Amino acid sequence: MKKIIELKNITKSFDGEVVLDHIDLDIYDNEFLTLLGPSGCGKTTTLRLIGGFETADEGDIIFMGENINNMPPHKRNVNTVFQRYALFPHLNVFENVAFPLREKRVPKAEVEQRVKEMLTMVALTGFEHRSVTSLSGGQQQRVAIARALISRPKVLLLDEPLAALDLKLRKDMQQELKNIQKAMGITFVFVTHDQEEALSMSDTVVVMSEGRIQQIGTPIDIYNEPKNAFVADFIGESNIVDGVMLEDRKVAFSGHVFDCVDFGFEPKEPVDVVVRPEDVDIVSEDKGMLKGVVTSVTFLGVHYEIIVDINGFKWMIQTTDFLDVDEHIGLFIEPEAIHIMKKSEYSGMFGDYSSFSNELDELSDAESESEE
Amino acid sequence: MRNASAPARRGLVYRMVLAPYSVWAFLFILVPLIFVAYYAFTDQNFNFTLDNITRFFTATSTVNDGAVTREIHTYLVIFVRSLKLAVISTAICLIMGYPMAYIISRASQRTQNVLITLIMIPMWMNFLIRTYAWMTILQDTGILNGLLARIGLGPVHIIGTEAAVIIGMVYDYFPYMILPIYSVMAKMDVKLLEAARDLGCNSAGVLRRVIWPLSLPGVISGVIMVLIPSISTFYISQKLGNGKFYLIGDAIEGQYAANNLHFAAAIAFILMVILLVCMALMQRGANKKAMVM
Repeated sequence: MKKIIELKNITKSFDGEVVLDHIDLDIYDNEFLTLLGPSGCGKTTTLRLIGGFETADEGDIIFMGENINNMPPHKRNVNTVFQRYALFPHLNVFENVAFPLREKRVPKAEVEQRVKEMLTMVALTGFEHRSVTSLSGGQQQRVAIARALISRPKVLLLDEPLAALDLKLRKDMQQELKNIQKAMGITFVFVTHDQEEALSMSDTVVVMSEGRIQQIGTPIDIYNEPKNAFVADFIGESNIVDGVMLEDRKVAFSGHVFDCVDFGFEPKEPVDVVVRPEDVDIVSEDKGMLKGVVTSVTFLGVHYEIIVDINGFKWMIQTTDFLDVDEHIGLFIEPEAIHIMKKSEYSGMFGDYSSFSNELDELSDAESESEE
Repeated sequence: MRNASAPARRGLVYRMVLAPYSVWAFLFILVPLIFVAYYAFTDQNFNFTLDNITRFFTATSTVNDGAVTREIHTYLVIFVRSLKLAVISTAICLIMGYPMAYIISRASQRTQNVLITLIMIPMWMNFLIRTYAWMTILQDTGILNGLLARIGLGPVHIIGTEAAVIIGMVYDYFPYMILPIYSVMAKMDVKLLEAARDLGCNSAGVLRRVIWPLSLPGVISGVIMVLIPSISTFYISQKLGNGKFYLIGDAIEGQYAANNLHFAAAIAFILMVILLVCMALMQRGANKKAMVM
């Protein structure tokens, strides 16, 4: 695959606060790449650097082999879909979409034809003469996408484009964006703090935190093989416990020795062990590798989410069996369900569900959205 | 029942709160306007007449500039002269004010506050004092000529010329141009400017295709707020033009002072109608332009 954008050792700070800390990232032709992380992780700044709205303090941005550090936005073969769409309120739908072509003095007939093509692609045929302020959020979103794609950029940058849409519309737009990306055959760089969105849409996910890239990989890699406790916690739900690697494929945690599939660690090396809530089997107490007491049960439709106290450490387990609070159960974990990570600066910060509550989780999600 | 009674109660309170303003508008806006119109269309004995109106368009006088003696339409000439000076002053205010408003609107919030205060400070001083100050500055032996003489550019005769009147108008009305433009620009979403750059506009393109059309409402208010007082001013032209430039405001004042209230009202009425038509045309033109661009 051909590299289309290379970020080399990029550092950026605002008012002395480091926002990007020596970022290296290769973006390939025709891929759907997502920058994923909580607010303040530097994902939007990365996007703005590629778009040309910020300049890096250090490092280089290479676009198709050419250094574009000092190239202004209007000369870059890159277009952006802005978070709140940034449609021009004084222009109607047609003129918003035609905006870039008018700047290039494209002949009238060609403008007509290309705008029509774009509006067909985003399913807005017949809206040409509507005022953009009269459109719904989803429709404005489509105008923004059509406008950004009409000059046939090599790369489309999308800054949390779906954040303002409601859940149902968001799901539809995810699929549609993916289809558009395939149809156009260009690179999408997508910024989001929604891990589900990132997993379902992307070819490559870049997990960021505190101005650094934590992991780059396919959605399946990121989910199954998180590199550290931050990634494991941010992507999906995880139980992260302290363990010791006894030898290759043998790990001890929570007072029991487990078979696993990981190797290549030092003997007796302390590690972080990740077990996803859906990978734990519940068995009777006497057959369990670990024993615990159910402390809470939440019904979520497809499954129950239960919190189990195992020697004072609270595990989250997803199960379709109904269990009662205070029930004593055994846990069975298959070797493939255990993922071992090296210790990192994030060790011990995540993965314990003792203070967990769905409500709190949602509250903090809402806060991080409004901050953006 | 609560719901049913709530709107009625709010309606009553609303009307009560509105009442003083309605009375105010009636007494101090509508009634005077009716009086102006009434006086304009009546004679000394308050009988209906169109004479005052026709006099404005037909009255002639003889001027003698050296060799030639000419007949001119007195009030039409005065009106055109007023319009010319007002349009020039408004244009200068716009050309100076627009970039300044843009620069201020892009500065940090603190700087914006300081600059806007600086622009408003002259407005806190009495208008007559400001005009007198310009007399002292522009006189043949005034401050400006003193400075010019010192750097060898010789004394320049400014006072009593059209230039002096225009300087006075620009100085007095400049804040009224910059403030409405600034307030529109300060509210403009920076993302729109970024979007324009992203979509291929250089700085000139962003200005022409996004900033200018979006700032048009501010420009129109600014133009109206400068054009109207400068077209009807009389004081500035008397003091800085040495009375040589008889403007429409001077004409009204003159007729009024001569106790010719009916003709004064007619001039005021005609001026108002012409301005209203101009404003309506301008507003329509701007709307159309905003739609097409």
